[in-house]
This record gives sequence, structure tokens and C-alpha cells, in this order.
Amino acid sequence: MTALSAAAPGRRQASTVSATRVFDTLCLVVVVIFAVLWVLPTAFAVRTSLVENTTAAQGATAIAGSGDLTLHSYLALFAQGDVLNWSLSSAITSVVTVVLTLVTASMAAFALSRLRFRGKRAVFLVVLAGIVIPGQVLIVPWFRELGAFGLLNTYWAVILPQVPSAIAVFVFKQFFDGLPREIEEAAVVEGAGPWTLYRRIVLPLSRPAISAVAIFTFVWTWNNLLWPLIAVSNPALMTVPVGLATVQGSFGERYADVMASSILGALPLVLLFLFFQRRIVEGVTSTGLKG
Amino acid sequence: MTAATVAPPRTPPSTSDTTTTPRTRGDAAPWLFLAPFGVLYLLFVLGPTAYGFVLSFFDTSLVRPGLGDAVGFGNFTALLASADFWSSLGNTVRFTLFTTPVLVVLSLVLAVLVNRVGRGNRVFRFAFFLPYVLPSATVALIWMFILTPDSGGLATVLGAVGVDAPSWLGDPDWAMQAIAGVTLWWTLGFNFVLYLAALQDIPRELYEAAAIDGAGPWQQTARITFPLLHRTTALVTALQLIASLKVFDQIYLMTMGAADTRPVLEYVYDTGFTDYRVGAASAASMLYFLLILLVSGLWLLATRRRDREVIR
Repeated sequence: MTALSAAAPGRRQASTVSATRVFDTLCLVVVVIFAVLWVLPTAFAVRTSLVENTTAAQGATAIAGSGDLTLHSYLALFAQGDVLNWSLSSAITSVVTVVLTLVTASMAAFALSRLRFRGKRAVFLVVLAGIVIPGQVLIVPWFRELGAFGLLNTYWAVILPQVPSAIAVFVFKQFFDGLPREIEEAAVVEGAGPWTLYRRIVLPLSRPAISAVAIFTFVWTWNNLLWPLIAVSNPALMTVPVGLATVQGSFGERYADVMASSILGALPLVLLFLFFQRRIVEGVTSTGLKG
Repeated sequence: MTAATVAPPRTPPSTSDTTTTPRTRGDAAPWLFLAPFGVLYLLFVLGPTAYGFVLSFFDTSLVRPGLGDAVGFGNFTALLASADFWSSLGNTVRFTLFTTPVLVVLSLVLAVLVNRVGRGNRVFRFAFFLPYVLPSATVALIWMFILTPDSGGLATVLGAVGVDAPSWLGDPDWAMQAIAGVTLWWTLGFNFVLYLAALQDIPRELYEAAAIDGAGPWQQTARITFPLLHRTTALVTALQLIASLKVFDQIYLMTMGAADTRPVLEYVYDTGFTDYRVGAASAASMLYFLLILLVSGLWLLATRRRDREVIR
């Protein structure tokens, strides 16, 4: 407390209150402006997907002023089926990657956090080193390796290299380290082995970490472009990003169709986000991801 | 790691071990828990890293089996003498410099403002985070349409206020800036959520106490919020730097590397999968990896020192 505010607390506080009110209004205005800017491009894309191709080809003014409201583009895409096939490929590869990542990373993290063994520190350091090795520098070796396994142009080629995630192990370990030791003591006294401990006690308490790893792995896998672009050339196996990238030139002037296909390809992720919005923030908060 | 999957080391039960940590049959359990991850980690992270390192010393081709001939440091000297390689490295660095500061600062400012406003938290979070879940191809298609010269959304808006819009993605003076802008829109939400989570951990009482002491909103933000967020800011900066250095998708999709935008990862992709020069591509990957390591190392040093000063 400064001498000034101690001498005249009443006036000082009154002016602080009004300053705060002005400040808060200003904050609200700025935030709203940015939020509108952030929503506008998506809204414009959705609007474009709902007009006729001929309207869309005339440009932004025509789209904004148009009275069209049609599902033509979506119906055409459903009839043709490509986007649905890509979504199926993306769904299969993403779900399998998520499940395998959750199981392998949480098991490894459990050993590193809860079990005693020789060389634990060394193992943890080796895993940590993986965080700084970006998958992008491994695309050439992966291509030759999966070619040698005969797995190129299969879902496994897309899935396997994305499963061993050092970051996921790290996130799980941080979370497990934060769980109190007492909870497992009773179980150990009753003779529970490590598997029971992992399966019945640690995992059920780790829902925030599980959902954070699951959601981010899902989004990253669904949206990965570089590796699936290399691993898969068979159109029947293409994921959404690869499919969209491959056909983007073939739409020509049919902009409504372009927008509809890009929205359809993103729809599963948007729905996921809507359902799990709270979990995402909860996960970020409780897994130590925020530093 | 190899020991993990082959033979569990046998150690005599330690007598000092009096905790309740489960003792396990023959000490195999920890290694069994590590095995599924360990095998995949060996096969798809450590193995390929070593393999890529080896490849970078050979003139390996994509279309010929085998390693080809050893060329010593030939791939590296050729790269260091290649204008194309340097310009791609320069483009990646340029993209990183265009995106990192604004993505770190603007997401912080918006998170502080949203936290301050209090109401409508969910709505704002939705608005800012939604683009982050969109696939790069969706983002590219939306923005290529908006950035269309003359008839596109942005050109129309700018035209209405009398500004002549350039042909964003075709003009070397504007292409990288335009892509950086699109990236700002696309990925800001991730940093925003990280900051928002950290902000919600700051106890309200701190602000109340400061308000009673007569601190206005500016002082509260400057004296309480920013200092308490410095660890989060360090983390966000590091994650952002690495993410920006990995740029490939949006550039590949929006310009195919034209107009002075080709990033180093696209150089690797082109060298390996268009020119079939796998050895040269591996050498380029290694140099790029070195850059990532350098940045990670510098960040680690910087935060270590600051943590020692401020926190512990």
C-alpha cells in the first residue's frame, strides 16, 4: 500500500472502479472484433458452399448478395463419394493410431513413473530425446523401411510411424507422477501386481490425460499431410488432406463444390471439437502441457 | 533400449527398498510395460534416425535397391554449395520469423482479454480454436478462394476502401506474408488455449488484493498476469518455434513453393520423391534436424538460466 492510497482510500477506489469499467468495456470490444475476424473466413466458406457454382464463380460480392440456398454441392459430393471415402480412411487411420498411442504410451509411462528398475533414468532420457526428433526428418527412411516391409499403400504405412509418440509418454508420465502414492498402497498390500495397478487404479484416475492425448493425437493424425501423401498413392486409401490436395486442381471454377468438399472433410473434427471442447481445456490444464 | 526387448537384467532384490512400490516377478514387469512402445520407438524413431544418418553419406536412389555408393561428405558439400537449398532454408527461417512473434504475442493478448472479460468464455474459445482443428487442405482451399485476385473476398473488401490488392500468392513480395497471415488465423487457437488454461490458475484473490491497494487494470495485468505467465510464454514460444520450422502443408498446398516460398521440408520432399535422390534428401534432412536441435538447445539453455534466476 502506498502512502497516497492510504491517505485517500475512498476516492482512489472510486476512480479505480470507473477505470476498471472503461478498461473492461474496451477489452470486450477488442475481443469481439477479433472473434468476428476469426469466424468470418469459415462463415464465408460455409456460405459459398451453399450457393450455386455459377454464383460462386462471380466472386465475393455475388456470393454475399446472393439469395441462393442450396445443397447441390453437398448432394453432388455424396453422389460421387470421394470425400466420404477419404473420411473413412482418415477415420480408420486416426482411430487406430489413437488407440495404439494411448496403450503403448501409457504403459511405458506407467513403468517410468511407478515401477522400479535398473536403467530407468537412461530409458527416460532416450524417450525424451525422441521429442526433438520431428517425424518430418524421417520421411525418407520411413519410406524405404515400409517399402522393405511391403506395407506401402496400406493403412499400416500411415498408422505405424505415427504411433510411438515421445510427447505422449512424457504427458502421461507427468500426470502419473502427480497422482498420490497412497492410492496404490492399499492395493499393493492386498497383493495387487503391476498390471492390476495400471489397469484398475492408475488408468481410471487418468481420464484428463487420456482425453488430452487422444484428442490431440486424433486431430494431428487426421490432419497430417506430408507422410500420408508419401505413404499412400492408391486413391481408395487416401486420407482427407491427401485427397483434397490431389483433387484441388480438378474442380476448376466450381468453387461451391470446392468449399463443400473442404467443409465435409473437416466436419468430423469440428463435431469432435464441439463435443469435447471442455475436455480439451481440462486436458491442457491438468497434464502439465501448459508448463 | 535393446535390452528392454531381449533380456531383462537380473538384479538381486535391493534391501534398501522399503517402499510399497510393487516388487515384481524377476523384475520383468517394467520391461514388459515398456516393450510395446519400445519396439515401435526403435522401429520408427531411433532406427530411422540412424538409417537416415547413414543414407546421407551415400548416393542412394529411390528407384534402385540398396544403398548405392558411399560418397563421404559429398551430399553435404553439394547442399552447402546449392543456392536452392539455401533459399529453401531461408524461406523456412523467414516464415518462422514472420509467424512466431505474432503468434506468441497476439494469443497472449487475446487470452488475457478474454479472461478479463469473463463472460462468453466458451464462445470466444470456440471462435479462436475452431480453425485449429481444420485440416490444412481445408484451410488452404478456403484462403486460396478468399485471396483470389480481383474477385476474391479480401480483394473485394480492400477494393471497397480504395486499396488495390496485390495478387497475394503469386507475388514474391507478398506470398510469404499472406501464408504467414493464414497460419496466424489457423493456429492461434492452440496457443490461446494454453494461455487461457494458465490464466485460470492465477487466483482471483491476487487481483482483488491489488485492486484494494489501488492498482488499476493496466498495473494488475503488467505486475501480476504477465510475470505469472512467463513459464507458459517460454513453453508457447518453444512449441511455436518448432512448429513454424516444420512448415510444409500450407505452402505446398497454396503455392507449391512458387513465389519464393519453398520451405526446406519441401526441398527434402522434392529431392527425395520427385528427383529420387534419397541420399541427398537425407543429408538435407540431417542439416534441417541440426537446425531444430540448435533451436531446442538454445531454448533449453535460456529457460534453464531464467528458471534459476526467477523461480528457484
